[in-house]
Amino acid sequence: MDTPTTRLLTSPDFVRLVSRRWRVSLVLTVCLCVVYYGYILLVAAKKDLLAIRIGDATTLGIPLGAAVIIAAWLLTAIYVIWANRVHDVEVARLRQRLHE
Amino acid sequence: MQTTLGTPTLSAILFFLAIVLLTLVITWWAAKRTRSTKEFYAAGRSITAFQNGLALAGDYMSAASFLGITGLVALRGYDGMIYATGWLVGWPALMFLIAEPLRNLGKFTFADVVAFRLRQTPVRIASAVGGVLTVLFYTIAQMVGAGNLITLLFGIRYEWAVVCVGAVMLAYVLFGGMIATTWVQIIKAILLLFGVTLLTILVLSRFSFDFGSLYSAVAERYGQSALEPGGLISDPIDAISLGLALMLGLLGLPHILMRFYTVPDAKAARTSVLYATGFIGYFYLIVPIAGFGAAALVGRDLIRQIDAGGNMAAPLLAELLGGTPFLGFIAAVAFATILAVVAGLTLAGASALSHDIFVHVIRHGRSTEQEQVRVARLATLIFGVLAVLLGIVFKGQNVAFMVGLAFAIACSANFPALLLSIVWRRFTTAGAVWSIATGAFLSVFLIVISPTVWVDIFHNPVALFPLRNPAIVSMTVAFAVAIVASLLTREPQAEAMFEDEKLRTYLGVGAE
Repeated sequence: MDTPTTRLLTSPDFVRLVSRRWRVSLVLTVCLCVVYYGYILLVAAKKDLLAIRIGDATTLGIPLGAAVIIAAWLLTAIYVIWANRVHDVEVARLRQRLHE
Repeated sequence: MQTTLGTPTLSAILFFLAIVLLTLVITWWAAKRTRSTKEFYAAGRSITAFQNGLALAGDYMSAASFLGITGLVALRGYDGMIYATGWLVGWPALMFLIAEPLRNLGKFTFADVVAFRLRQTPVRIASAVGGVLTVLFYTIAQMVGAGNLITLLFGIRYEWAVVCVGAVMLAYVLFGGMIATTWVQIIKAILLLFGVTLLTILVLSRFSFDFGSLYSAVAERYGQSALEPGGLISDPIDAISLGLALMLGLLGLPHILMRFYTVPDAKAARTSVLYATGFIGYFYLIVPIAGFGAAALVGRDLIRQIDAGGNMAAPLLAELLGGTPFLGFIAAVAFATILAVVAGLTLAGASALSHDIFVHVIRHGRSTEQEQVRVARLATLIFGVLAVLLGIVFKGQNVAFMVGLAFAIACSANFPALLLSIVWRRFTTAGAVWSIATGAFLSVFLIVISPTVWVDIFHNPVALFPLRNPAIVSMTVAFAVAIVASLLTREPQAEAMFEDEKLRTYLGVGAE
C-alpha cells in the first residue's frame, strides 16, 4: 500500500524524529538517575562527605540536597526548550506533508 | 509556649468557612458547564498549561507531605531533607517518558492508552483494577490522615471530620466534575504555596535572613548531627527501591495522569509539567526551612508532646510566628489541601469504574453520552461513600505505609504496561494483563511480609522480605512478565496498529 500515511511513516524524516525524541528522553532520564541515585548512594556510603561543614554549622549536605531539586527542574526545562525549539518545528513540518 | 491547637478559634473557623464558601461557589459555576463526559472527566480540555501546572501541583502536594515533611525535618533534621528530594524527581521522568504520548493517545484515563490497540475487555479490567487499587490505598491514607489532622487542628471528632471531608469533596466532584476539581486544586495550590512562603519568610526574619544562623541555632540546640545524614538511609538497596517507587510510581498515579487530558494538546501538557515541577520543586526546597525553623524556635519537645509523629510542627510554628490568626490560616489551608487531594482521587477512581469498566467492558463502548455522565456521577457517589467508610474503618490504624503501597502498585502494575504499550510493537494483551496482575499482587504481598507491615504492624520478630519498599523487585518482575508473556503470544492486529498509532503518538494526528 502506498498512501500518504504509509509514505510518511516509512520516510527517513519520520523515523529520525521518533528515534531522536527517544534519544533525548533517555539521555535526560539517565542524567536524572545519575543525579538522584548518585545523591542517595552518597548519603548511604559517604556520610562523612555530606557532614563536612561549609559554614559555622551548615553542612555540605544542605546545598547538595537543594541542588538535586534544582537539577531536576533544570533537566525538565532543558527538555521543554529542546521540544519547543527543535522538536515542534519538525512535527509541524511532517504534519504539513500529510496534507500535501 | 501556650497553644490554642485543638480548639476551634474564630480565625480558624472564618478562614475555613471562607475557603469552603469560595470553592462551593466555583462548584456551582462549574456545574452549569458540566454536561458532557468531556466536561465531567476532562474539563472540556479547556484548562491552560499554567492552570494545569498549578492543579498538578495541587494534586501532588498533600497535607501529609506539607505537615509530615516539616515534622520530619524538625524532629530528625537532615534526614527529612533527603526524604523531601525524592518527591520531586518523578516529575522530570514523567515528562521525558509518558506525558506527551499519554496526552496524544488517550481520552480520559490511562487505560485508554494501554487498551488502544489491545483487546479491550481484558486490558480494561486489568488496568481498572491496577488504577482503583492505587487510588484506594492512596485515599485510605489521605482519609485517615484527614480525620487525625482535623481532630488535632480543630478538636472535632474523628468520624465527623471524615464525614465532613467526604461530603464537601463529593459536592465538588458530583456537581462540578473536573472543572470544579481543577479550580479547587488551583486555589489550594496557591494558598498552600503562599502559606509555606510566609512561614519561611517569618522563620528567616528571626535569623536576620541568614541561613547560616538558622542552621547554627539548630546545631546549638540539638548538636551538629541534626544537619548530617542520620539513620534514614542505612541500606542502600532499600533506599534505591524507595527512590524507584517515588520516581516511577508518579508515572502510574491515575489522578495525576488524568490531568493531562484537561489541556488542549501535547504542547500544553509538556508546558504544564514544567510549571508543576517548578511549583513542587519550590515547595520541597522551602518546606525543610520551615522544618528547621520549627526545631530551632518551637523546639522538638513541644512538637513531640502535641503529636509524636511531628505533624503539628508547621501549625505550632505558625502560631509562634504569626499568632492565632496565622495558625487559623495554616489549619484551614491544611484542610483545603486534604479536600482537594481527595476530590482528585475520587474523580480518578470513579473514571476507572465508569469509563473503563461500565462503558468499555459492560457496554462494549456503546453508551449514550447522557448515560455515561449519569454513570460517572453514580460511580463518584459510590467511590466517595466508600472512601468515607474506609476512613472510619481504619480509624486509629497505622496507615502511613499505604502511601508507599500506592506508589509501589503504581510503579509495578500501571507504569510497565503503560510504558510498553507506548514504545513496544510486540506488546500483547497477555503481556499487559499478566504484568498488571503480577505487579499489583507482588507489591501488596511483598509489603505485607516486609518490615513495614510484618514487623511494625503484625509485631512479628523478623520480616520474611528484607526491603521496606518492594519496588525494585516487584517492578522488575512486572517488566519481565510483560516481556515474556508478550513474546509467547502474537497479536498481528496490534502490531499493525502500532505503526498507525505512531502518527497519533508523535505528531498528534487524530488526538482527542
